Amino acid sequence: MYARKFTVTVVMLALIIIVAVGCSKKEEKKAEALKPPIKIGAIFSVTGSAAKLGGPEKNTALMIQEQINAAGGVNGRQIELIIEDDQGVEENTVNALQKLIHSDNVVAIIGPTRSGNGIAAATICEEARVPLVSCAAAWVQLFTEKDVTKPMYKYVFKTPQNDSDCAVRIFEDCKAKGFTKVAIITGTTGFGDAGRTELKKRAPEYGITIVADETYPPDASDLTPSLTKIKAKKPQALINWSIVPAQGLIAGQAKQLKMTMQIYQSHGFGNKGYITEAAEGILFPAGRLLVTKDVDPSNVQYNVLTKFKSDYETKYGEEVSTFAGHAYDALWMIVNAIKAKDDTRDGIRDGLEATTNFIGTAGVFNMSPTDHCGLNADAFTMVVVKGGEFRLADAVK
Amino acid sequence: MGLDSYIQLFFSGITIGSIYAMVALGFLIIYSSTGIINLAQGEFVMLGGMIAVTCYHTFHLPLLLTFVVTVLAVTAIGALFEFTCIHPLKNPSVLGLIMITIAASILMRGIAMFVWGKEEHGIPTFSGDNPIQVMGASVPPQVFWILGVIFTVLVILFYVFKYTLIGKAMRATAANRTAAYLVGINVRKIVLLSFALSAGLGGIAGVLLTPMTLMSFERGTPLALKGFCATVVGGLGNPAGTVIAGLLLGLIESFVTALISSHYKDVIALFILIVVLFIKPSGLFSKSEEAKLKKF
Repeated sequence: MYARKFTVTVVMLALIIIVAVGCSKKEEKKAEALKPPIKIGAIFSVTGSAAKLGGPEKNTALMIQEQINAAGGVNGRQIELIIEDDQGVEENTVNALQKLIHSDNVVAIIGPTRSGNGIAAATICEEARVPLVSCAAAWVQLFTEKDVTKPMYKYVFKTPQNDSDCAVRIFEDCKAKGFTKVAIITGTTGFGDAGRTELKKRAPEYGITIVADETYPPDASDLTPSLTKIKAKKPQALINWSIVPAQGLIAGQAKQLKMTMQIYQSHGFGNKGYITEAAEGILFPAGRLLVTKDVDPSNVQYNVLTKFKSDYETKYGEEVSTFAGHAYDALWMIVNAIKAKDDTRDGIRDGLEATTNFIGTAGVFNMSPTDHCGLNADAFTMVVVKGGEFRLADAVK
Repeated sequence: MGLDSYIQLFFSGITIGSIYAMVALGFLIIYSSTGIINLAQGEFVMLGGMIAVTCYHTFHLPLLLTFVVTVLAVTAIGALFEFTCIHPLKNPSVLGLIMITIAASILMRGIAMFVWGKEEHGIPTFSGDNPIQVMGASVPPQVFWILGVIFTVLVILFYVFKYTLIGKAMRATAANRTAAYLVGINVRKIVLLSFALSAGLGGIAGVLLTPMTLMSFERGTPLALKGFCATVVGGLGNPAGTVIAGLLLGLIESFVTALISSHYKDVIALFILIVVLFIKPSGLFSKSEEAKLKKF
């Protein structure tokens, strides 16, 4: 009985040893591939009213994942993106976050696309201590009211340029052109609200009076009533700040009403789909990615911009947009943080905060404990719609 | 603001109002013949816009032909929807039917998103973009197209309902299905026809609206909501009242935006709806005795 058991045990052990030795050589080779991938979450508005922004963001993230994994991954591990679509709806963002954080156990999250959703996401990621690199522009609520140099959030970062810098650029341009009376019209979304706040706050610094302040809901399609009201106030310039489709209609409807003043748009205008015949001459601040071909080769961003633009356009056959760039910056900063520190949630957070001189598509990022965006007004350049395309305003004067 | 601004606002309001009125009439026709509220009504408008975009940009049809083909196509979609989803049901409950229309609306939106993508599409205006001056206001020519076509459609509809056999059959079905069936009216056909007609009206609205405001796959739902408001305010069952209510809603939106604040446009429009329903639950233009006989 015992002898038999003993024999069986010995045989089993022998087998195990043989198998183990036999496999050990293969094991070494496979170890690289068998390391579990680094899971990074992403939430974009791939569908819904911000689909024009979210679609390119998703494409970009997938493209970069492919490039990184083809080059052997990060620290010898592949990255695995888990992409969720929030359809631009805040409730969906919250649900997607719960899934990514608690059931997928991602180490960091990119997105969301829209500002309102970004604000919701910031709170959740902060509580769960998961680093979030937001692709949404509104930033106002991320700082305490009293002290704008102190981020309320330790774990939240963002890649789009600051709204305040956008407002500054627009007003600088107004001042240079001698405009003192402007009308503002904004979408009632997180992005539009934040813009409206910034514009109203900054105007007096440039000696500019806001003579009309109108808003419209995300699904607005006929802006004539608001424009009629604005026209009666006789402003010298009209500033529209929104991401919703209406921003593509406003120029045409203003033209129909024979409004001839200069129209400015926010950095949310950076999508070719908004260019219509009537949009000719619209000015807006944007990152240099939009006007890559006009960027001076001596500019530090030149190489990054041209490579990303050609990669994206060859792969997807559509023009690259600013929003695609936001996803590029976000994912690369996370990857760089993993390279610099490790792939734990806190490690990535520390790595992100220590980001210096990262040349991205939106500008050159220098993060610090008090600045989780890392860009300044230099990240913006004035872009003009000319001949049916976006051009660098200075280059085509 | 001077008089010219008021004229401008009037035209803007009457334009969007007439679109609401068309959607509202679509609701009304289907409600009359079946007693259900077809929540896919807005999607017919959206499909009208989208199919027109395809006809114009992909098949390069002239605008007039685009208009005709689109309206016929949407009419066919409406008929198909009735034939496949509503027709086969034995003893359907009203609630069940309404659920089916919600499902159809989601399905149409999904299909439209796959076919046309997520962006906004447009077609050129029917007769250029040079605004016509009306007492100091600049009115886009498309506005006159919208008003003209919709007014024509209304006249034809009223004529059909009042004087033709088929129109009388539809009215009879709306009044009492069983009785209509007993006097030899083919109720099944009338229901099919009402869906086709509603869809066609939506399609017309869609083609007219797209040059002015572009069209995307999710534009239908808000239009359906406003159209439904107009139907209710007009008192379910009164075509003239429904049209007036639609125009009023558009005018209110337009004037509220300019005179009070654009922030409250939708709030005030819907608030007025609630007030109307409090004061006169049967709607502005229908008798309360009639309303008592209705399912809603």
